[in-house]
Amino acid sequence: MEIQQNKSTLEVYPRNEEKIKKIWKTAGILLAITVAEFIMAFTMDRGLILYFLFIALTIWKARYIMLEFMHLGDEVKPLFYSIIVPLIFLIWLLIALAKEGSEIFLMRW
Amino acid sequence: MSAHSTAIGVSSKRGIWGGGNEPLKASYGKLMMWFFLLSDIFTFAAFLITYLSIRVSYPAYAGPAGDFVGSNEYWPVPELVFDAIPFVHGVHAPLVFVGIMTFILISSSVTMVLAVEAGHRNDRNDVVKWLLWTILGGATFLGCQAWEWNHFIHGTDGGSALTYINSLNNLVSEVVHGANLTVNEYGPASFAQLFFFITGFHGFHVTIGVFLLFLCFYQAAVGIYDRRGHYEMVEKIGLYWHFVDLVWVFVFTLFYLI
Repeated sequence: MEIQQNKSTLEVYPRNEEKIKKIWKTAGILLAITVAEFIMAFTMDRGLILYFLFIALTIWKARYIMLEFMHLGDEVKPLFYSIIVPLIFLIWLLIALAKEGSEIFLMRW
Repeated sequence: MSAHSTAIGVSSKRGIWGGGNEPLKASYGKLMMWFFLLSDIFTFAAFLITYLSIRVSYPAYAGPAGDFVGSNEYWPVPELVFDAIPFVHGVHAPLVFVGIMTFILISSSVTMVLAVEAGHRNDRNDVVKWLLWTILGGATFLGCQAWEWNHFIHGTDGGSALTYINSLNNLVSEVVHGANLTVNEYGPASFAQLFFFITGFHGFHVTIGVFLLFLCFYQAAVGIYDRRGHYEMVEKIGLYWHFVDLVWVFVFTLFYLI
């Protein structure tokens, strides 16, 4: 077998320190939100308020992952909206099925 | 740039109708990966919202946390179910292990985005380095999940005394240890069913992700992307890997916090 030429022919650009700093900053934010969720899980009373806060914080984390890590924020607007707009329907699904579940609870118990 | 601002990246050689254009200024592969991920988001959202719906249809455990005993009458408190850590037996460490798992997966997402950044710069050494860290993170996460499942299935020393209908359709009263699809010592049967199904489906995605990462690592290391002229594959697999992390963030909230 012929030994492949294993040398890069592409021009290698230097590290973009600003971009890398932003990545670590986003990671720090994600970590901080997760730590906050942990503290809330042990210090706050269980109930609707806490659950609402948990889901809101989770969506906040998802926002960072999608916009910064998946670079969705850097895509053109039509692509951005074609991904984000369908997800709005999920919020309705969440509300509808949470209501449905609590109605079943009232019927059953 | 022309005065017309469209979402189509027009090939300068052939014009708008000549082919070779990129709709939404994203390559075919990246676009398809996004639409696949959108459909996968709907799948996972349906599962997770089902979990929430079934969870609120059962009474929640209301008593003091110290007195908690598993029962199929009410939904368990997650920090009292997931309180074990490897190598130390019988220590009550609520949510510590799953916290470590979450940290590992988020870290692997960070190393992945660093690999994508290195790919933009055509820097093979950095791509290979960060992909290797990501593979390590993904594999460690899978190992942790295997332990988590193992512990969940085998249960605690004490178990719980339950009355339930077994798989032979008989009503039985006995001490139950661990979990299966019929009965579990922690809560209603649907608790373990949903746990197995949803974390299993997520773990399946992680497994595929680790395979794809390894493929990507290999191709980057032997210089295939250099010859191809771009590192877009790192970006596409990166999208998938971040999605896996994204889903875990929701699994973590619903199963372990709420």
